[in-house]
Parts: sequence; C-alpha cells; structure tokens
Amino acid sequence: MEHTLNKVFQGFYKDSVALMRLSRDLAAMDGVNEAALMMGSPSNKQILKDAGLLADDGATAEGGDLILAVRAKDSDAAKKAAEVIETQIMSQTRAATGDTVWQPQTIRAAAKANPDANLALISVPGEFAAAEARKAISRGLNVMMFSDNVSIEDEISLKVQAREQGVLMMGPDCGTAILDGVPLAFANKVTTGDIGIVGASGTGIQEVTTLISNNGGGISQAIGVGGRDLKDEIGGISTLMAIDRLDADPATKHIVLISKPPGKNVLPRILERVGQSAKPFTICFIGASDLELPSNATAARTLKDAAQAALGGDAFAEPAVSGVSVPKGRTGIRGLYSGGTLAAETQLILLDAGLKVASNAAVPGAGSLSDAGDMHKIIDLGDDEYTQGRPHPMIDPEIRRDPLAAALADSTVDVVLIDIVIGYGAHPDPAGQLAEMLSTMQRADNPTIIASVTGTEQDPQIRSSQIQSLQAAGILVAGSNADAAMAALKLLGINS
Amino acid sequence: MDIIEKANEEAIRRMLGAEPVLIEVVPAGDIVPNLRDKMILHAGPPIAWDRMCGPMQGAIAGITVFEGWASDLEQAVIMAASGDITFDANHHHDAVGPMTGMTTVSQPMLVVENKTTGNKSYCAINEGLGKVMRFGGNDAEVLNRLSWIRDVLGPAMGKALRDMGGIELKPLIARGLSMGDEMHQRNVACSGLVLRALAAAMAKTSDDATALSEALAFISANDQFHLNIAMAMGKAIMDPVRNIEGSSIVTAMSRNGTDFGIRVSGTGDEWFTAPVEMPEGLYFAGYTEADANPDMGDSTIVETIGLGGFAMGAAPAVAGFVGAGAASEAANYTHRMSEICAAENPEWTIPSMDYLGVPTGIDVRLVVDSGIAPTINTGIAHREPGIGQVGAGVVRAPMACFEQAVRRLAEKLGIS
Repeated sequence: MEHTLNKVFQGFYKDSVALMRLSRDLAAMDGVNEAALMMGSPSNKQILKDAGLLADDGATAEGGDLILAVRAKDSDAAKKAAEVIETQIMSQTRAATGDTVWQPQTIRAAAKANPDANLALISVPGEFAAAEARKAISRGLNVMMFSDNVSIEDEISLKVQAREQGVLMMGPDCGTAILDGVPLAFANKVTTGDIGIVGASGTGIQEVTTLISNNGGGISQAIGVGGRDLKDEIGGISTLMAIDRLDADPATKHIVLISKPPGKNVLPRILERVGQSAKPFTICFIGASDLELPSNATAARTLKDAAQAALGGDAFAEPAVSGVSVPKGRTGIRGLYSGGTLAAETQLILLDAGLKVASNAAVPGAGSLSDAGDMHKIIDLGDDEYTQGRPHPMIDPEIRRDPLAAALADSTVDVVLIDIVIGYGAHPDPAGQLAEMLSTMQRADNPTIIASVTGTEQDPQIRSSQIQSLQAAGILVAGSNADAAMAALKLLGINS
Repeated sequence: MDIIEKANEEAIRRMLGAEPVLIEVVPAGDIVPNLRDKMILHAGPPIAWDRMCGPMQGAIAGITVFEGWASDLEQAVIMAASGDITFDANHHHDAVGPMTGMTTVSQPMLVVENKTTGNKSYCAINEGLGKVMRFGGNDAEVLNRLSWIRDVLGPAMGKALRDMGGIELKPLIARGLSMGDEMHQRNVACSGLVLRALAAAMAKTSDDATALSEALAFISANDQFHLNIAMAMGKAIMDPVRNIEGSSIVTAMSRNGTDFGIRVSGTGDEWFTAPVEMPEGLYFAGYTEADANPDMGDSTIVETIGLGGFAMGAAPAVAGFVGAGAASEAANYTHRMSEICAAENPEWTIPSMDYLGVPTGIDVRLVVDSGIAPTINTGIAHREPGIGQVGAGVVRAPMACFEQAVRRLAEKLGIS
C-alpha cells in the first residue's frame, strides 16, 4: 500500500538548490512515486501538501527544520529510500564530478588566456581550417596547420596574409615541427643544438633531426612548411620566411632544407636566398639531380647524407647488419612504409644501385605501381588510397598487416623493408605491434625483414626498447632508413 | 571590419559608462510611453493572441480582470481573443517584465534612470515566488496581491525612493556579485541590500505602521525581489546602446514563451526570432519536465548586460540546477560566455574567479563563429495557465537568432 513518510531534521539548514537536487535523486529511487526535501516554511508545507507529500510529522515542522518527504509503493520502500538520501544529506562530500578545468573553445579566448603564446596549432577538419588560421594570423600568432584538405587558393592567401603580418604559416598539412625544443604534432624529443631545419616533409624532418640528435648533434629549430610550399603556385613563401628566421637566429649555425624537388620557378628563388646567407646550408631535395648550388651550400642525396653533412660530413658509425643467406630464386625488395619521405629515400638508394623500382609515390626515375611487373615495390602506406577513413599508419600501423602478409607469402620477395617511426603523435608501441602482427603470420622460409627506428632515447616509446622488440621478433635493425636500404642491397649481393 | 570594431568599442563604452539609479515607483499609466487603457504589454518579441502559450494567455486573462476591463476570466479571454485588447512588447515602451511580463496602466513601475544618458526604464514590482501572475497565475490570491502592491507597496516604495534620492545600482550589483548572487536566479544578497537601503526611508515616509510592517515583511520574504530592479537597470543600460551603425553587440534578448527574440545595435529595432527552447533544470515537488512551459520572459536583459548565466561563477549554487554544482563548473559557464563577449566589466567582478570581470557585450559574430549560444538562468513556468512556477534551470538562446542577425548586419554594411 502506498505510504507517505516524513522525516524532520530539526534546525538543519540546506540550500534550496541542493535540496532540489537531492529531491530529484530521491524521486528516482526504487519504488518511490514522489519525493521532496524542503525547509519547513508554511509555503513549503503547502507545496508538500498539494503534492500529497505531507504527513503528520512534517506538518509539525517549523521554518528552520528540514523535511524529508517521500511517497513510495509501500512503507519499506519509503524507509529504504529515505535512509539512502539521509546519508547523502549528512555527508559533506564534494560534487561528484569534482573540479573541471576550463578549456578555451576559440582562438580568441585561448589567446586572451595565454597572452604570451605566439603560435596556434590548428588541427580541425580542412573546410574550417583556413578560417581558424586567418583568426590566428590576424592576432599576430604563428600558425602550424596540421589540417589537410585545404585548397591551394586558401593556402596562398593565408601565406600572403602571414607574410604581411610577419608571422610564419606552417602548413597546411604540416605534420612535424620542433620549435624552441618543443616537439609539435608528429615530432621527436631531440637534443638542442645549432642546426636549423626547414622542411616540406614530415618524416623527412623526423629522420634528419633524430639522426643528428642520435649522432652527437642538436637542433635549434625545425620548421615545417607543408608539402606544397615549394610548388610554383605557392612560391615557397613559408620556406623563404623560415630561412630568413633561421638566418637571423644567432643560435643556428647550419641550415638544412628538406623537400621534394621544388617547382621550376621557385627553385632559383630559393637558391638565390640561400646564396645571400653567410651560413652553410645542406640541401636535400629528395630526387632532384644536377642542382647548381651557391658556394655555401652542399647537396645531399638522401636524408642520412643530409644529417651527415650537417654534422660536418663524417660518415656515421654504422651498426652491423649481419647477412643472411639468400633463398634461391628470390631477388625482390618490398618496402612497406609509413613515412612518405622515407619511402622516397629508399627508392633513390635502390635506383642509384641500378635497380628498377616502382612505387605508389614514385620519385623521378621510378615506375608506377600499376605496371610494376618484376620491379622492386616500395609502398607508401600513408598515401591517401590507404588512409581513406582510417588513421595514418604512424598512428595505427594495422594498415601494414595485409601488405605484410602478402609480402611474406610472395615467392619473389627476398627482403621486406619497414620503417618504425616513433615520437609524439605516433603509436605508443609500433615495434611491439609489428612483432605481434608477425607472430600471427607464416614465417617458414620467408623473407628477411629489415627495419629502422626513426626516433630517440628521449621519445616516449624509447628507441632502444623499440629496437629490442624488433630484434626479439627476428627483425634486423639498421641505424637509419638509408642503412636499411643499403643492407637490403647487400643481402641481394649488390654493391652500391 | 574596422567599422564594426569601432562601433563595438562605442557600444561597450556606453554599457560600462552607464550610471543606473532606482529613482522612484510610479503607476505605469503615468509614465510608460504610449501605454493606454485596454493595452497590455508582454514579455518577448511581439506576438498575437493565438500564438501565445498557456501561461501568457492565463496572465492576460488575469490582468484584464485586475484592471477591471472584464468581470471574470472567461470574459477576459473572449475580449483578448476578439481584439478588444491591444498587445505590444514591453521592449517597445522602454519597459521589461519577467516571465509573462504583464504591464498595464494601473501597475506600479520601478523606474531606473541612467544618469549618464538620462533615459528611463520601467519594470513592475516582483510578486514573490509560487503562484504569481508572471508565471500565468490568475486566481483571487494572485489578483489580491497585485492590488496590495498597487495600493500599498508601490506608493510606499515610491515615497521612500524620492525622499532618499534613489538607490545607485552599480555598486549594489558589485557587492551582490561578491555575495553569491548572479542577479537572475539568485537575488538573495541584492534583495537584502535593497531592503537595507530602503528601510529607514520607508519608515520615515510612512504614517501607517501596519502598512509599513507589511511592506517590509513582503520584501524580506522575497528572495527574488531584486530581479525586477536588475531588469529595469538592464534595460536602462542597454537602450542607449541601440542603433550604433555597424555594431554587432546584442542590445536585448527576450522570450514570449513561443519565440525567442534578439535585437542588435547595428540593426536597430529589428527582432531576430526563433522558436524558444526548453529549459533544463530541477522541479518543485509534484512537478516534472512534462509540466514545463518553454522559456519565457524579458529577464534575459540581465544576461545581455553580463549577469545571470554570464555571472554564474559568482553563484555556484545556481549551477547546481544543471550538473553537479561544483564551483569550477559554475566558473566554466562564465569562462564560456567570455568567448562570445567583447569585453569584461571592470566594476562587476567575481572574487572567486580572481576578480574576473563579468563577460560584457554579446557579439553576434562571436556567437555564430564559436557556436557557443548564450546561457540563460531561468525560472520554469507550468505550461497551463493559472498554475505558476514549477522549477528553475538553464536554457540556451537559439543559434538561429544570431545567424539571422549576422546576415542582416552584413547586408546593412554591404558585406557579402
């Protein structure tokens, strides 16, 4: 039988909003039909009466008394619910959610809250990215735009606006930067030093900065400019501004440029600017040949060459990659890359050794994957065709599973080349993930796998731990991506 | 862009430069411009009888009887429906009213003068909580109270205010913020401060101890007494901000229970309207969401000047109407509103937020750009006429109003 229970707490005060909240909780309990907690003023007692909640106990309450009123399906349910809520009334616990920290939702508010900030990192869907970047630039903020799918027209207008404001527009599609020692987006924790980097390529910057850092050098700034900056339409606006900054920076003694070959019209402008500087430059335009460089610049064919040149030109001490016998009838190399520039570097090394190479991201001289025939196949798994609707392989290496299984089962493949890119933004344990992947695959009489780890000991994944995981899985580990490619050549008996 | 920034600077200058003073209480018929017999001013943008929500129609029936234009509620409804009564928005007559916002000739009006610009704004006296006309209540108890306010309380307050030279409201609000009020849902501190300011002058100017005692008791018992003063003040502050060419600052937000409307400085007196939303909140004993009427009232003028939902950080208890009621949650409401406002008020600060000034000057461009709608603290009326308040909570201003306003402003400025 329905039962109305009143409990009076004499001389006990609680704020009305707190009481309304408790009322809501009480009313939601099992078997409760109606409930309220109110101070016992005449008007409140009238409200309780109108709601059919006032019993004899409650009717005697006074203004300073708290009335707990509950109407439930039976007296047991009423008593039980009242007991639960009574503990809540008496406990002085904080709000259940605890403190929440305010996060600005707009660039304007974020800039107001952090008046010393001088850079906005923009990572929103491409259709909104340009509008956000404009707001940041007009506030005098440098911009790193991680977003892609921004039109070339927007990129031009943003970079022109940035130049007028005297701020750097890094990107769109700028995946990597290290500014004042802070790694941004996909980047590594490297030693601070006197080498400045300007790069249109994310993994290119990561490979060069980590090789420099791992071989005794350090980075002053690594400035990404976005993959299209050195196209003729854009005109290298950000590259030129980045060179200006590093040229004027007393902490930078040597400057490295990393990019795909620039557009025909842009190239002379870049080289002219380089020639105006008193600082030495290393220029790594992956796939470009026959560059006529100013006297303060040296060309680097590969990323490893660039890192070596920046450190004075001495060859790095190469960790030995012990040879494995070549199974008969197999001569093919298969590269499965997460880093586009690393895939390009490998293509160059194979091409330079006289091999025929095909790729879905072909460098000059390489063929297209669609009619690869018996050519060596170097696949960029970060290309749009693989990443539609899924994360980049540096974030989720799962994309590599099917191509890897296919390579292991392919009777023509002798060596599989793999890049493991670690650092901020990357998968927390890509080597472990690869080892797990391999453990599920048939490995009898299958190709040799050679990998390199782009990263440092200071990265969250720790380079040496990643190497250990790879070695434990039977993978050969080279000192750099270029070394891995060279080791593959050696295994095939080709002397480059 | 430059013209908008300059215009907004001027708008903010006028808002922050206002000197609102509660100067007297006068019958509406004597002071509200263009208000005549058989005319009812209501909350929100203009609306015809057949589109009005239940509480609005209930209040209109009640006030029609109160004014003696009809002998009972039924006759009042017939009159209202047949066009015998003229309706208009409070905002068109320098006035504002909470919830249904009934303003008619014989009601005593609080008069707030903006001493900087000399304009005056009006709002009726708050009736208290529970079953009241502003929530659509219209029975004998409601009408009797209105008569007493008209005959006793209004004249007593008017005499006292004239005698003491008025009450300066800017410092009163500043103190109230430091005492936990946000001046929309919580006016406990400010109501006390008003009573303290009034009491001696009311005693001095009264020759009827019983009437005086009743008047003081009525104010003392009403935690929301100050709300209507805050509203008249809001109107007095915002009216001089109207019609600044190019300004994207909101000069009024208001709801009639059916439509939500805003006005923007640079687009003059045009209303941009969209359907009102349902508040989210807590309910009094015996009521649920099913009983609630959509959002209603001119009281959003309080948010328009940076109080209410915008000053939530000052009043953590109010944040408890939604969410868990943590102080940091309340502060987040204020931070979020800062994202859509042009400035902070250096005189109205929130001690627990390191004396952050309340967000001031809602910029329609920032609202549309950020997708952050103004947060409004509100009471919740029963959806049927004659019942009254059933809860309180928080509601958002509909984004569509701000989108229309941005487009119209762009048109006026010749920006495509």
